[in-house]
Amino acid sequence: MNFSFLSDPRYNLLGAFWNTIQLTLWAAVGSLILGTVLTAMRVSPVPMMRGFATVYVNMVRNIPLTVVIIAMSQVLANGLGVRLASRGEGAAGAQAFLTSQNFRLAVLGLVLYTSTFVSEALRSGINTVPVGQAEAARAIGLKFTQILGIIVLPQAFRAVVAPLGSVLIALTKNTTVASAIGVAEASLLMNTMLENEADKFTAIFIVFALGFVILTLPTGLLFGRIAKKVGVKR
Amino acid sequence: MSKATAVLYDHPGPRARLRNNVLSAVFLVLLALGVWWVIATLEDKGQLRAALWKPFLTSQMWTTYLLPGLWNTLKAALFSVVIALPIGALLGIARLSDHAWIRVPAGVVVEFFRAIPVLILMVFAFGFTVTVLDVADPLYAVVIALVLYNGSVLAEVFRAGILSLPRGQSEASLAIGMTKSQMMQIVLLPQALTAMLPAIVSQLVVVLKDTALGGILIGFVELRRVAGTAASFYKNVVPIYIVIAVIYILLNLALTSLASYLENRARRKRAGRGSGPVEPAPTVEAAQAPGLTDTGRL
Repeated sequence: MNFSFLSDPRYNLLGAFWNTIQLTLWAAVGSLILGTVLTAMRVSPVPMMRGFATVYVNMVRNIPLTVVIIAMSQVLANGLGVRLASRGEGAAGAQAFLTSQNFRLAVLGLVLYTSTFVSEALRSGINTVPVGQAEAARAIGLKFTQILGIIVLPQAFRAVVAPLGSVLIALTKNTTVASAIGVAEASLLMNTMLENEADKFTAIFIVFALGFVILTLPTGLLFGRIAKKVGVKR
Repeated sequence: MSKATAVLYDHPGPRARLRNNVLSAVFLVLLALGVWWVIATLEDKGQLRAALWKPFLTSQMWTTYLLPGLWNTLKAALFSVVIALPIGALLGIARLSDHAWIRVPAGVVVEFFRAIPVLILMVFAFGFTVTVLDVADPLYAVVIALVLYNGSVLAEVFRAGILSLPRGQSEASLAIGMTKSQMMQIVLLPQALTAMLPAIVSQLVVVLKDTALGGILIGFVELRRVAGTAASFYKNVVPIYIVIAVIYILLNLALTSLASYLENRARRKRAGRGSGPVEPAPTVEAAQAPGLTDTGRL
């Protein structure tokens, strides 16, 4: 098998995977925050917030990620004129603007989508906390925010480490969808390479498949180990 | 709202009710401000003119764009699931084999295809079909990629389903002299299939959403892609994306409610047997809880 394309300067393989990693990390942090907020809203005593969070989660979960991310570019950026990056001078500035704008739009799309899965995981984690604990917490006079913040959520997080690991792996794979709005990550580079060197398609596939196995396999093992370590024994 | 979350706060008294109402009002105002900003901006950019919504009343919009796209989406999803089901069952059973030379390769295949993004698989499958099979139809690539991926996910579903059956079932079938393959075909697999039906139906949601990947790099003309073409023809990006989002949501909500209907029916059946306490199989439940599952369910 011919792997000569690996040393071809036209293909920035490491750069593409670095973009994949960056997309994953930013989107992971964002989804964890938004997902936690959504979960708190879903279990809160305020009916309006509960309703909003439930409708949001059930709607966004059912839209393909591709539609979500392209809508970020077509509807949010082009239709509504939202800018997530500052425009520079000249042609180079315009190019830099497009690159960072598309990257941020992709991250935003990934966050809006992934947070619904984080929220579902966390909510199932809340259900693993015995009811008696919340009752006891209320009995000693803790308020809703205290019960959720001090007693329930910390245990819920520990219970859902493994599912959150699965969400993170899925997120890593989902970053490939950012190629739909031209973010230079792994799948876009793979597509370009296949167009140029159609005869080496198996070798190219193996390289990219291995890249993702290297990214996702340790994540799964790591989260499995953490889950065992921090899981609450009941 | 489950019991566990309802217990997080007390039944609201007069003060709590007042506070909740105030918070509700504040939240509503913030939400209304957000919606107002969106509508005002859309109005400002001329995206809300009635003319932009008119095309949806013409037959051309539907017969030329949306319906063919939707048909391709449904076709790809259906083909993928129908082909992936037997492959998934085979792989799932192979992973439970007593022979390492069957078990280990099956495990490697399943783990490998679950670890790589479907889009990468699709791009590869497109290169493969064009170069090796000399077929330039992206439908093939979409179906191949979705079959490989969902076959692996379904293999895990089947494995969990078979493992969730009481051990007495296989012991009894061996005791009355069945061979292992008879036991699998006559006793275990039919039960696993019924127990897994809800999970399989909800996997359809994933497949349906993933068909949209075919429109990005390999030019599969599915619903999202025709929406893009239609949007550049009618110059009404925002309305079209709203319409296709609604179509996807309705389709998937229908599938989700079918899955939970099947699940309730299965639970009633289990309860109806009336022999001892009803214990829902833990692995089955885990496989169905959204978000609690494998890498596959996003």
